[in-house]
Amino acid sequence: MGLLDKLKGLLFGNETVREGKQDAKPGVKPADTKVEQKPIITKPKEEKPVADKITVGHVHMSGCTGCLVSLADNYEGLLTILDKYADLVYCLTLADVRKIPKMDVALVEGSVCINDECSMEEILETRENATIVVALGGCACYGNTTRFCRGGQQNQPQHEGFLPIGDLIKVDVYIPGCAPTPQQIRNVCLMAYLLLKGNDEQKALATAYLTPLMNLAAAGTEACGCDLMTEVINQGLCCGCGSCAAVCPVRAVTMQFGKPQIERDLCIKCGACYAQCPRSFFSFDVCGQYESITNLIGEVMKP
Amino acid sequence: MEYLGQYKAVYKAKSGCEDILAKSQDGGIVTSMFAYALETGIIDGAIVAGPGSEPYKPEPMIATTVEELFEARGTKYSISPNLALIKEATRSYGLDKIGIVGTPCQIQAVRKGQLYPIGLRDVPDKIALAIGIFCMENFPYQGLFQMVEDHCATKIDNVTKMDIGKGKFSVYTERGVNSQIPLKVTHKYEQPGCHVCLDYVSNMADISTGSVGTPDGWSTVFVRSAAGEAAFNKAVEAGWIIAESMDGVKPGLELVEKLATEKITKNQAYLEHRLHKDHPALKPLRNPYI
Repeated sequence: MGLLDKLKGLLFGNETVREGKQDAKPGVKPADTKVEQKPIITKPKEEKPVADKITVGHVHMSGCTGCLVSLADNYEGLLTILDKYADLVYCLTLADVRKIPKMDVALVEGSVCINDECSMEEILETRENATIVVALGGCACYGNTTRFCRGGQQNQPQHEGFLPIGDLIKVDVYIPGCAPTPQQIRNVCLMAYLLLKGNDEQKALATAYLTPLMNLAAAGTEACGCDLMTEVINQGLCCGCGSCAAVCPVRAVTMQFGKPQIERDLCIKCGACYAQCPRSFFSFDVCGQYESITNLIGEVMKP
Repeated sequence: MEYLGQYKAVYKAKSGCEDILAKSQDGGIVTSMFAYALETGIIDGAIVAGPGSEPYKPEPMIATTVEELFEARGTKYSISPNLALIKEATRSYGLDKIGIVGTPCQIQAVRKGQLYPIGLRDVPDKIALAIGIFCMENFPYQGLFQMVEDHCATKIDNVTKMDIGKGKFSVYTERGVNSQIPLKVTHKYEQPGCHVCLDYVSNMADISTGSVGTPDGWSTVFVRSAAGEAAFNKAVEAGWIIAESMDGVKPGLELVEKLATEKITKNQAYLEHRLHKDHPALKPLRNPYI
């Protein structure tokens, strides 16, 4: 895990330098006072390796790395996750591992180019080696912008067929959106940890939390702003709250007379609007406990 | 009290500020709470239903001053998609502590957005105070327009206040109550999405408030979360809100509970009906609740 370790080292290293400087400020303390040098890192770095961490991998298919950046944008939260709950066992960008290993959770970013043998092999390996396959982001879930590919681009003009991973393998959990948010990825990682390593109560919570995202995965690989019409308004369910308009990454959704108006030519098919809609899925069991769940997440994310 | 949700305390309350009460719908709770929260830094902006391009057509807006907040006083019985601004509030407005007022469905959307922030990057931890209102149903603007202009025979430009209470929809002009119609007449104009709603008193808000249960000029207030409790108690201490016990208040919580039960059982029956179990030839309609 070359880069990652370096990253951690860099961060901790920086702290050392900063605090060291403060302690050694000249002229502030009387000369005869002994400045006790506080040990900066009291514990050795890996003093108590957490044995029951889950293993997580990031599999990069045809995507823009935006989803991975989103994961990394948990900043120190990412380090907490990696310290306490998950080992990143595979991630071409951050970890020096070439072969897809066995892992508990595979976060797959991007759609699969079916004209590329290597991609086809990798998605198959991912399914075979991962207990839970998470489609991370719009491309993996629904194709997103890769739905508009038609080949002819340099430097691989023959690459024109791109499929969401759910069209090739069974996917367990969807995280839609372009890009998916750091907080949503964090929540799924934590819930996956609770599901695999928690006690009965925690497992029940994780199951309740993940069920809607599993249902999305079971529902198919097509998404569009039109879902707001076909699945919400046409079904007589829209309450006009405006969530869809807030989350659209390309501002294709505006609210007119209290209902979403979709500029279909702008829509990139990321699936965020429908998944965010309170009338696409809503769990009273989960959302009713928002206060305790939010506190729990805050608690476990403390470094 | 199954349908009233969990709450730490319930009060009969009204604003302690005469300016707010002068143009408030009932007790002026929402405006007072946000004004106090703005003044003391509990929030640095609030998403409210402001005035729109046409009279009584609400448009969501972000109030960062008490003056802006005052523009949004009073109930507008039409859809204001307040959630549409929730991400923008943290971006171009740069808010770190957002206040938002909403109907029960909008508060549900807020909570879903906090736990499932599919597209709400960096928003979940910035919701500081979510105030929910009591809501039986809402009307699309054209529906409201027809109720006022056709049924109540009043030009909507001349309306100074609208109110729903005691089984009637009332329209006020400068001369006082101009016209009243039974609520029954308004049912056909309701937004269809309201008929699957299973929340009457915003069970998931930090604070929820509405006129039902307390005498005219007062509001019923449920204080629900830790954040809501802290903010409300401070507002009462500072005199922005006058809160009294609900004990012995008529019609009291009984009426709130009665209406909540009515709404929720009716809508549960409708959700059941949507499954078309009585008509095997009809495919079921989608149920959003799991």
